[in-house]
Amino acid sequence: MAKTPAKKTIAAKNVSKPVATETHETPLAVTGSQTFRKTRAQPEGIPLIEMKEISIAFGGIKAVDHASINLFPGEVVGLLGHNGAGKSTLIKVLSGAYKRDAGSIHVEGKEVTINNPRDAKAQGIETIYQTLALADNVDAAANLYLGRELKTKMGTLDDVAMEAECRKVMHRLNPNFRRFKEPVMKLSGGQRQSVAIARAIHFNARILIMDEPTAALGPQETAQVGELIKQLKAEGIGIFLISHDLHDVFDLADRLVVMKNGKVVGTASTKDVDHDEVLGMIIAGKCPSGAIPGPGAMRN
Amino acid sequence: MTNTTGSSQGPALEQEGPIKKFFRATEIDTRILGMIVALVLVWCIFDIWSGIIRPNEGLFGGSFLTPRNLWTLLVQTSSIAVMSTGMVLLIVLRQIDLSVGSMLSLVAVATGVLQVYQLAPALGVGHPAIWILGVLMCLGVGTLIGAFNGFLTAYAKIPAFIVTLGGLIAYSGVAFLLAKGETVAPMDQNFGVFGGGIERSWLGPFWSWLIAIIACAAIIYAIVNGRRQRQRFGFPLRPVWAEVFLATVGSIVMLGTTLVMNSYAWPPKLIENFAKANSIVIPAGIENKDGKAICMAADSIVRCTEGFILYTGYSLPALIAIGVCLVMTFVATRTSFGRYVYATGGNPEAAELAGINTKWLTVKVFALMGFLVGVSSIISSARLNAATNALGQTNELYVIAATVIGGTSLAGGVGTIYGAMIGALMMQSIISGMSLLNLAAAYQNMVVGGVLVLAVYLDQLYRRNVK
Ligand SMILES: Nc1ncnc2c1ncn2[C@@H]1O[C@H](COP(=O)(O)OP(=O)(O)OP(=O)(O)O)[C@@H](O)[C@H]1O
Ligand SMILES: [Mg+2]
Repeated sequence: MAKTPAKKTIAAKNVSKPVATETHETPLAVTGSQTFRKTRAQPEGIPLIEMKEISIAFGGIKAVDHASINLFPGEVVGLLGHNGAGKSTLIKVLSGAYKRDAGSIHVEGKEVTINNPRDAKAQGIETIYQTLALADNVDAAANLYLGRELKTKMGTLDDVAMEAECRKVMHRLNPNFRRFKEPVMKLSGGQRQSVAIARAIHFNARILIMDEPTAALGPQETAQVGELIKQLKAEGIGIFLISHDLHDVFDLADRLVVMKNGKVVGTASTKDVDHDEVLGMIIAGKCPSGAIPGPGAMRN
Repeated sequence: MTNTTGSSQGPALEQEGPIKKFFRATEIDTRILGMIVALVLVWCIFDIWSGIIRPNEGLFGGSFLTPRNLWTLLVQTSSIAVMSTGMVLLIVLRQIDLSVGSMLSLVAVATGVLQVYQLAPALGVGHPAIWILGVLMCLGVGTLIGAFNGFLTAYAKIPAFIVTLGGLIAYSGVAFLLAKGETVAPMDQNFGVFGGGIERSWLGPFWSWLIAIIACAAIIYAIVNGRRQRQRFGFPLRPVWAEVFLATVGSIVMLGTTLVMNSYAWPPKLIENFAKANSIVIPAGIENKDGKAICMAADSIVRCTEGFILYTGYSLPALIAIGVCLVMTFVATRTSFGRYVYATGGNPEAAELAGINTKWLTVKVFALMGFLVGVSSIISSARLNAATNALGQTNELYVIAATVIGGTSLAGGVGTIYGAMIGALMMQSIISGMSLLNLAAAYQNMVVGGVLVLAVYLDQLYRRNVK
């Protein structure tokens, strides 16, 4: 909390790809009801992921309403918004957990079909869900390899090899972790979260979705995840980071996208907006001048 | 439940006493141990009790712990035990199959009609193709019906309880129509070996010992191999004494069971027939009405203690049940299919998100259940040497009871195959023990029902205390 104030001007950190351009037209502008004067903070090249005009409704509720977001290699995009804004739902469309009602998903410029989690994994999309999505009755290694178990030459489960690998990954995330034989329901909230993170990073993802990955972690473990994100970013992995912690987002993300009531309020480079402006976007839907407004931006 | 478990979970919780250390080192599941102790206790009580009424040759002077009764017990348990291994996986997956009893009747009637009305007239009685086609029919039809149940549950999203309740009612109707309400009999004579009631379905001491020795070797190999695997990655190992203890206990149980099976003699009449058919010279001896062998006394064949004798060894249905238990334990613990069943039962949403096709998995587990019902229907109809639409009646209740007594939780995600086997054995022990005591079926039902509820209650207590 008492960490650092807004550091929108301290740009020293951002040495990687995102480049501010003046003229690049975003997909948002095509369908948005407003006309946009300036666009910024849009990295160049072909995005790793592009979600266009995604809509999904549950019963009468439009959980996600014509939302478009994109992500470039080596980039961290923070996804912000109030509770129930539709963040988790939007990324669950990407991870294959939900089937969208409308819209399209493109990976490196090519449209892909993602109808279930297997499709998403085949595209190199790994997800840490807000609910962690762990099978509580089996141990950490079984969760780590769930759906892609290591086999012996005979085709049986190679539990020992899986445990050995599990020990390695977990050591990187949570060096104090020892309870490899216990079903994960007996672990603490933070330990469970570490298992979920381990599972997402272990399989050479190209795109990583992290839905509040540090919500249950202690300060040391949170810092470790922060380091991890920077490391993965340097390896060229694209990351969607959902968080309610503005400090974290400003610290780790290159760009941020704010959602409100299922619609995108705006997209901005973390260098172009400050805390208060982002709070305004989240709470009131006000899009500041440093951001590209989306369909959910308040009109004036 | 018993002294042993009582002391291991009572004061031992406070400090690491030798008992607790022992269980930790050997990684013995104290819950299963409690069940085994309870089972042995039930056996002893029945033996003592039956001995008070009418003394016999049992371990404690009764008629329960005799080779004959234990041998029969295994045969009687086999059909329910085979089905309960499938029910474990279904209940672990948070599903249930109430239709297994009706399914068993239907499958048995189907194979009966095929053998008796179709194949026997066409190919001639006793043609070897009859039993082969009969067996394939059971396994195939069982698997198909199971898959159909699974399809309705997984893809049409009708709760398994409803689908299989419908099946319980409907399949017995189909069985009635197929059999035209009659008893279909007799089954093919070769098919009969699966029932355990004829000489050809008894393995005899030689093969029984051979199987026992192979099983002991397998136990030792599994323990050594497991140790080597853990060494490969430098993981903590069990103490050597614990490994030796486990290997010894496993081997003793295996050899002991075989010894009991191998001391059950053929009925004297059958020994006599065998001797005549194979022109074996029956030795002379002194008559003893309680003897199990046969001998010649004054030019007639009589019973005696010393003479010509044949032992049954394992019966085929018992062997099938033990084999199914081993294979299903392997499937549940060593294959990714089994892993998915447990993970999906623990958290269906997580399994789906991990990329497991949970719908197809559900169909597969129901189909496996159907296949096992097919196996059981072979055993049941061969044993009765007939098929009727009532053959499997109330079997679903016994199968589910065995599974639950064996520690499978209806909430899903938890359960073991060997637990269900012990559950099945426990239930059958109570039923046959009470009939040894000449107690009416009504009392047997009351006790089995009570045991079911008591077992679940004790299980809950145990789980609460262990946490
Ligand atoms: N499976 C579902 N069935 C019905 N409604 C749903 C479902 N999932 C989400 N919703 C609804 O969709 C809306 C968006 O939910 P979502 O979980 O995406 O919010 P969120 O932005 O992730 O919120 P939070 O910050 O609390 O995690 C909410 O109104 C929620 O009630
Ligand atoms: Mg959420």
